[in-house]
Order: sequence, then C-alpha cells, then structure tokens
Amino acid sequence: MRITVGKGSCGIAAGAAEIFNILKDAGVPAVVTGCIGMCYLEPIVNVDDRTFVRVTPDAAREILKFIRGEENGAEQYAIPQEDLDNLSVQHRIALANCGIIDPENIAEYIAREGYAAAKKCIAAMSPEDVIAEMKASGLGGRGGAGFSTGLKWSFARAEKGDKKYLICNADEGDPGAFMDRAVIEGDPHNLIEGMIIGAYAIGSDEVPIAMEGIVYVRAEYPLAIIRLEQALGQARERGMLGKNIFGSDFSFDIRIKAGAGAFVCGEETALIASLEGERGMPRLKPPFPAQKGYWKKPSNINNVETYANVPWILRNGGAAFAAMGTENSKGTKVFALTGKVAKGGLAEVPMGKTLRDVIYGVGGGIKNGREFKAVQMGGPSGGCIPAELIDTQIDYRTLAATGAIMGSGGMVVMDETTCMVDMARFFLDFTCKESCGKCIHCRIGNRRMLEILERICAGDGREGDIELLSDLAEQIKAGSLCQLGMTAPNPVLTTLRYFRNEYEDHIHNKKCTAHQCKPLLTYAIDPEKCTGCTLCARKCPGKAIAGEVKKVHVIDMDKCTKCGKCSEVCRFGAVVVD
Amino acid sequence: MTCNCAENKSWKFSDPEIDIALLEPTLEKYGDVAGSLITVLQKAQELYGYLPVDLQAYIACRLGVKPAKVMGVVTFYTQFRTKPVGKNLILLCQGTACHVNGSSGIEQAIREFLGTEEGEITADGLFTYNNVACLGCCSLSPVMMIGDKTYGNLTKDKAVKILKEIAAEG
Repeated sequence: MRITVGKGSCGIAAGAAEIFNILKDAGVPAVVTGCIGMCYLEPIVNVDDRTFVRVTPDAAREILKFIRGEENGAEQYAIPQEDLDNLSVQHRIALANCGIIDPENIAEYIAREGYAAAKKCIAAMSPEDVIAEMKASGLGGRGGAGFSTGLKWSFARAEKGDKKYLICNADEGDPGAFMDRAVIEGDPHNLIEGMIIGAYAIGSDEVPIAMEGIVYVRAEYPLAIIRLEQALGQARERGMLGKNIFGSDFSFDIRIKAGAGAFVCGEETALIASLEGERGMPRLKPPFPAQKGYWKKPSNINNVETYANVPWILRNGGAAFAAMGTENSKGTKVFALTGKVAKGGLAEVPMGKTLRDVIYGVGGGIKNGREFKAVQMGGPSGGCIPAELIDTQIDYRTLAATGAIMGSGGMVVMDETTCMVDMARFFLDFTCKESCGKCIHCRIGNRRMLEILERICAGDGREGDIELLSDLAEQIKAGSLCQLGMTAPNPVLTTLRYFRNEYEDHIHNKKCTAHQCKPLLTYAIDPEKCTGCTLCARKCPGKAIAGEVKKVHVIDMDKCTKCGKCSEVCRFGAVVVD
Repeated sequence: MTCNCAENKSWKFSDPEIDIALLEPTLEKYGDVAGSLITVLQKAQELYGYLPVDLQAYIACRLGVKPAKVMGVVTFYTQFRTKPVGKNLILLCQGTACHVNGSSGIEQAIREFLGTEEGEITADGLFTYNNVACLGCCSLSPVMMIGDKTYGNLTKDKAVKILKEIAAEG
C-alpha cells in the first residue's frame, strides 16, 4: 500500500505537516510528495489510487481506519469526480512527477525513467545531436521570452574557453507565479537532469572545459532550497554529478546561490551581477551572457521550467514535443491560476488551448459565482486581458497581440470587484520599488506614472491624465535598457486599452464601480434595513455615525473617513456603498 | 592607509549583542572568494538579525571592499535590514493574488493589532511586520509567513488570532 501526503509549501500551509504526523504517529509509512497542483484541495492524502482532499485531523483519523480496513467515514473526503476531470484536461511534462514521487528520494525519480535521458546523451549522443534535438523540439524559454532553447545552447557551445557556466534562473519574482517553486519542491531531480544535459551540450569537448552549474534561488523559498540541496547530494552519491558522470569523461557539478530579493535579478545580466556579489543591475547587451557572462566566461541561463522539459524531450524526441502546441509555440506550458478563480493551483496544458480552457476547464470559473472580468498575465511586465477575449488562444504571439505576454505563466483572475485602475496602480507601485534605478525613464518615469495613478484612485484625477499616462508609457518603453523598464507601462497600457471607461469614471465622475478605491466611495444607511443595533456607531473610529437604540442610524459624511468598518460589521446589510 | 580591523581585537559595535566571533568562520571561508559579499551578508544577518552600519564597515574591511559598496548592496536587496527586528518577523505577502484577495485589509488589521508601522518593533519586542512582494503561495492568498511557517487563506480575524497565539507563547 502506498500512502502519500502532499507536502509542498502550499500543502504545508494548509496543514499537511500535521496530517503527515498523525499518520506517522499511527505507524503508517506515509511518503512525502510535492504539489500536485490542486492547491485549493490541500491537504491531499493518497492511498493507492484513492485520493482524499481537504484533509483535516478528523479526516486523517477516518483515513487511518480506511487504511486498516476498519469501518470508516473517509468517503466524504474523497476527491469529487469533477476535480479528477480537471487533471485529465492537462498534459504534464514539466510537472509529470510533481505530487506523485517523493522529492527527497532519488530512487523514486529513477524508477520513473529518471536520469535515463542524461545517461543516453552522455553515452550515445554528441553535444551537437543534443542541441539538434532541442532545436527540433521548438522549446522556447519558459521564463517569458520564449527564445529557442536549442539556439541559445548552440551560442554558448560555439564560444571557446576553458570554463563555462550553466545557470538556472530560479529567482521566481513575478508575483502570481509559483511553478518554479513547485518543480524544485516536488521534482528537483528533473531540474538537475535537465541541467546535466544542458551542461553536456554546451561544455563537453575534446579539449576539457570546466563546467559549473549554479541555481539562483529566491531566498523566499526555503523549502525549495532544502529539497534541492538534498537532491544534489543524492545525485552526487550516485555519480550523476561530480567527476566523470556515469563513468564518462564528462564532469559537472551544481551549487545553489540564494538570492537576496530583487525582482530585476530575473534579468540575465542583473542575475549575473548578483551572482558576483554586486547590486543586481542590468547592463547593455551585447555582449550576451553566452559570450561574456559570469566572471566574463561563456554562460548559459535558462529558467527552471525550461530545464524541467529537457529530460522528457531527450527521452521522447524533439518531434514528439513539437507535435504539441501551435505553429509558433511548441509543447506545454505551466500556468499558476490564482486570484478570484474557484480552483486555484497549477495547470500544465498544451500550447494552443484557450484562456477559457484553463480558467473554466481547469480553474472551474470564478469564485462565489461572480462575473469574470479580466485575467492578468505576465505579472508586472504583462497586461490585463478582458472577458471578451477569453477565447484567445494561448501561444506567445496571440497573447502578445492582446498587449499582455505569456511571461512565466502567472494568471491572476479578476472579477467585478477588482478595480482595473487600482490594478495598474498596484503594478506600477511594484515596478517603482523594484526598478534598479539605472535608467532615468524607468526610475523617474514610472514614479510619475504611479503618482498620477495614485491621485486618480484618490479621487483627484485631472483632465488630461489619461493622455499624460499614455505619453509617459511610450517614453518609458523607448528609454529603458532592460525588460523591466521596457515592459513596466504594460499594465497601464492594457487597462487603458480595455478599461478606459473605468479611468474616465474615476477621473470625471469620481466613481469606482468595483468599490475598491475608498476615497471615491460614499456610505449611507438604508433606513429600511437598519434595526438600530448601534453596532456601526460603536465601531466607527471617526464617531461619524449617530443614532439611538432601535432607531435608524445616520452617517455624517463630513466626519466619515471612508474606512469601511460600518459596512464590514453591519449584520443586516444596511450600509449602502456607492 | 591600511586597514587593521582583523587584528584590532577591540573593535566595538554599537550593538553589544553582536558577538563578532560568530562570523569568523564565514569570513575565513569566504574572505578570499571573489563575489561572496552577498553570501557573507546573508550569514551575518542570520546571526545578528540585521546589518548595522558598523557591522557593514567591518565586513567591508575584512573582504577588502569599500564600505560604500557594502552599503550599496545592503540597500539594493530587500532581504537585508539595517534595523533590528522583533522576535517574530511577519512577512505579509503583497503579491498580485494576495492584493486581489484583500491583503491590504490584512495589513490594516495587523497594524492595528500590533500598534506599529511596517519595519518597527512592537514594545514587547515580539513582532515586526514587513510587506513583501510575493511568497509564491498564491493559491492560498492572502498569505503571510512567520519564521519558516506559511499561513494561508487569511482573514483579518484569522491573522490576528495567529498573532495572539504566538504572543501567548512568548
């Protein structure tokens, strides 16, 4: 009997550690797995082919009885069929083992064809063959740009030198994306194997080249760092890392570097500066990292998800990967579904599916039966795609045409209670904090845009603000060195394009229809509903509510600070917000 | 002018809690390794909780770089702090998903409960809260992290209840 408990960061936060301990204390040999991607159902316990979800300590005790074959009430915690169906919509390559195998045990990875691809490459393929296979797969960089991985590898291979670096960008700073964390926590050997193959393709030569691998992980992911460290140790013990891998002439090892928290370090040259112990500021390209990267040596940088696709491609052939997807975007892509979606989590689907397939097919639509308004893709560099474009096909070009980008695959779903002007303000606030300050347009231009958005949200929007925003946006795009600056105005541009009426409402009518911008709201008490319970008057911090017991209360708008406390505490829905 | 800080055993730090001997193994290990500044700073912060200016200057001397460079790196990365924090550091996620699901309300509740602004220590020394960009647990938003533990699906009441429980433990 195989019993597993999902112990990714999300599972643990939902209480999986306690569940695991209950099983363990009862003498059940439970195995730890990573995240299966159905975060909304955590904690999840599997007993052979039975899946139990939202497992509470009480549920765990029922599952214990089930395991022992006693009479039990575990059935009520069994996964509903419709949630199982969500998995069948997906096609898992990068996430194939996540939530299935024990990430802390290399034997389980090997049992699922693990390290077979690396072994095959080193034993039977030339580096050129490997790169040709990668080119044939059509795999594009999953960090967001979608640039051909095979081509990128060929550039780093073409460079001469005695030392080369293979770097993995695991600085997943894009708010709303967490697939890289899931891969490292749930299937770290998949990443390691992908990196071994990459290192072999780039650095194996008759003239020995010293190859070194570095994984740059966010410090905010402590569990990922622990699991990866463990996995690296196990791979070394088995001769899959270190000197003479698989008994060949090829040597390669990987070390971890914990990032110190800077979104801009997702940019290649900034990441390299950070690895060298400097402020993570991007520099002009060329020279590209493939020519002069870490310590001025040829360096190849790929994202976690990119490497995680590599072993599958080498096992099944580039053509099999390229058979999935669309003309310009091959294979599958992992999306992180969050926000107002009913079933948040990770979904890996073939390129070419529509946004509807993911948001409704996998995500189960919108929480609490509300209306879908928009989906934000690509984080601070991306944009908001409105409800009318929900049938947009997911591929790099089609998404770019909407003004958003694929990015790393974050999908933050929004409903009618999300204010789009506030969203734009939110992202600009983020970019201003994360701008490294090198380029004037990014450093000062974004600050000015943020000030305009803040005043619009505060009810002080002026005539001409929309034009000013558009003008600044174009200049920032043109005047910034790196992608952070060049794409920073995108959230503003897309919301202006699709939700201009909301900006106009804020500026001209001083109204926020989503009821998010507090200074624009008015509060009133509905005399029909008010029972005179006095709760709102007692809770009002500004003493702006007057009224006697069992009599209708009234809000004095001159004193009201618009904190919203009254509508929060009213049990009769008598506070009308407009 | 030459620097003799390593020999200068009487190097005094403004914070008497700082036992510089604890950092010695790290400095030994990384002192001569190029590009180790961030790693050394991370270790120092792990040991002392924060990086006061005189500690930065000491590290600069030992690594053979200018204090201005150390300060440049410390102020660039959000992980580094120049002020001490409370016993429990609350990292409140302000990522997109958390924002959409009401993290600003959670912040308000935490601020009211603690009676401090972001980055300050509570009078009892127990808490400091900081807003952070994204903790990568978006499907459980709104989320906060205290120590190594992540708390998800927060409401204002739930967040305050968690803090009360931690406070009760001391």
